[in-house]
Amino acid sequence: MTPLNLFLLLSALLFSIGLAGALTRRNAILVLIGIELMLNAANINLIAFWRFGPNPEALTGVMFAIFSISVAAAEAAVGLAIILAVYRHNKTTNLNQIDTLKG
Amino acid sequence: MIHLSAFQIFLLLTVLKIAVVLVITLTAVAYTVLLERKVLGRMQNRWGPSRVGPFGLLQPLADGIKLFLKEDLMPLAVERPLFVAAPVIALACALISISMVPFGAETTYQGVDLFQIANINVGLLIILGVTSIGVYGIALSGWSSNNKYSLFGSLRSTAQVISYELALGLSLVGVILRAGSLSLRDIVNSQSAHGARSWNIFGGLQIVGFFIYLMAAYAETNRSPFDLPEAESELVAGYHTEYSSMKFAMFFMAEYANMITVACVATLLFFGGASSPFGHLTDHLFATGFIHAVLPIFWFVFKVFSFILLYIWVRATLPRFRYDQLMGFGWKFLLPLAMVNILATALVLAFRS
Amino acid sequence: MSLFFLITAAIAIGGTLAAMTRRNPIHCILSLALGLVGVAGVYLALGAQFVGFTQILVYVGAVAILATFALMMTQGHIVSALIEPRRAFSRSSVSGFVTAAGVFSVLGWAAQSYRPLTPSTQQAPAAGAKEVGVALMHTYVLPLEVIGVLLTAALIGAVVIALPSEEERS
Repeated sequence: MTPLNLFLLLSALLFSIGLAGALTRRNAILVLIGIELMLNAANINLIAFWRFGPNPEALTGVMFAIFSISVAAAEAAVGLAIILAVYRHNKTTNLNQIDTLKG
Repeated sequence: MIHLSAFQIFLLLTVLKIAVVLVITLTAVAYTVLLERKVLGRMQNRWGPSRVGPFGLLQPLADGIKLFLKEDLMPLAVERPLFVAAPVIALACALISISMVPFGAETTYQGVDLFQIANINVGLLIILGVTSIGVYGIALSGWSSNNKYSLFGSLRSTAQVISYELALGLSLVGVILRAGSLSLRDIVNSQSAHGARSWNIFGGLQIVGFFIYLMAAYAETNRSPFDLPEAESELVAGYHTEYSSMKFAMFFMAEYANMITVACVATLLFFGGASSPFGHLTDHLFATGFIHAVLPIFWFVFKVFSFILLYIWVRATLPRFRYDQLMGFGWKFLLPLAMVNILATALVLAFRS
Repeated sequence: MSLFFLITAAIAIGGTLAAMTRRNPIHCILSLALGLVGVAGVYLALGAQFVGFTQILVYVGAVAILATFALMMTQGHIVSALIEPRRAFSRSSVSGFVTAAGVFSVLGWAAQSYRPLTPSTQQAPAAGAKEVGVALMHTYVLPLEVIGVLLTAALIGAVVIALPSEEERS
């Protein structure tokens, strides 16, 4: 069985990749994707702690992951709707060009 | 006699099963095309293909040779890797989901189930997941073709498929509630007690669920009356406008393989899978031997082909929806109906137990 | 260390790295889908089958497809306009990478200093549809209701936000 540390390391790596993407990309959709990646990394931790924890029959981590997946789905839907609305208004999804406070 | 370990036997039998199922599925795909052309022809008062071989039975072979030998055109402006990958994704996803389907009664040899490639306890979830990955094939083909008609076709198709996926998934929840499992084998076993009376569609009171599934499945497979993505009169041929030769054939095969998968799932979930409609009444007639083993497969194939016939019948009968009608039907009618169905099934089950 | 974990972890890391570095957004989203399949594989390696395939269904089948769809809706017709210019060392990207590297070093240090742990049970406890459903309806019924309200609100909110305003429609 793979030790817990490796799962934590993998999740830390995925989190950092997502963070770097969310901070450096200029396309709004890709920033959203970076945020989703960070959520996924957190999910790996939840499942790993469930599997290695003292009381796995309670399914705590699995439940947490399922709830977090549904929250992420809701977030993606609203986020993409906002991006579509912004695009309709500004004709671009490049975050550098969406910098006016007044429409 | 060479002695094989249990794992080697498992591996050998699994590869054999995959090969047999693949060959049968692809043959079935080819002959479904012929069946469709024949039946459509008769319904429109003409013959359908009748020249190649007796009753046109060799027509699929001729079509295959034709598609193989045609020039494989690659338009200049396409996004090359994705253009090639799209039909492969579409066909692969269509074929993967068949591996979860139990084709006959549970028959084990050396601990390996002979009539099902993989019995996984979340089988239904895998079928839904793999089908949803298949959308990438459509979306990518439209985008990578760099062509307005293709892009519109694939946009339409993607929107349609992800909208109807919701209704499709929710229509199955009633069945899952009744069986208490996502394993397709368990779902079939939960409705094999008294023949047709205990099938989900009759005894399980899932006729509304079946209706929703049927509508959503037509939309999922882009079949008439929901075949807007490839509406010839508006979009040339939709997302596969730029495709030719074998790449086009792969899309074509994916569509028909999806049809067969959908028919298999409907059979498993609502019509008792490989169980006989007469329950155990006819058991004493074929108590032993070959017929007893093969009869479940006969029932399964019979049910699946009845569905495919229904598909063709609907195609010959109904005109195409308008796009706003299609979206309204999915979101405002099928989705609420599916939720009411879940509520009603859960209430009935709660009061019965 | 199992081979399955290695393969899925490699797919996850490779896919997500490509998703965050490719210049063509469509390639990014496709690599993301691949990376998410890898993450689902990691869940399977941990014995959580239900969550793994839910992940494929929700993330690969819905979220990533939705992102592709949004991309095709907004800029699908001009392929060249999609591709981001090469700007390797602008100030904002350097500070982004430095922040991410700092976060990774802290998290990685924390993960490494964790004492090696073995699972309390050899076989992963059953986490199939039935167990998850029972847990949802008993212990976690309140969170379930809250999630239901959240999803409904998100559904209505997304429709309202994406709806064209009065002036744009005329």
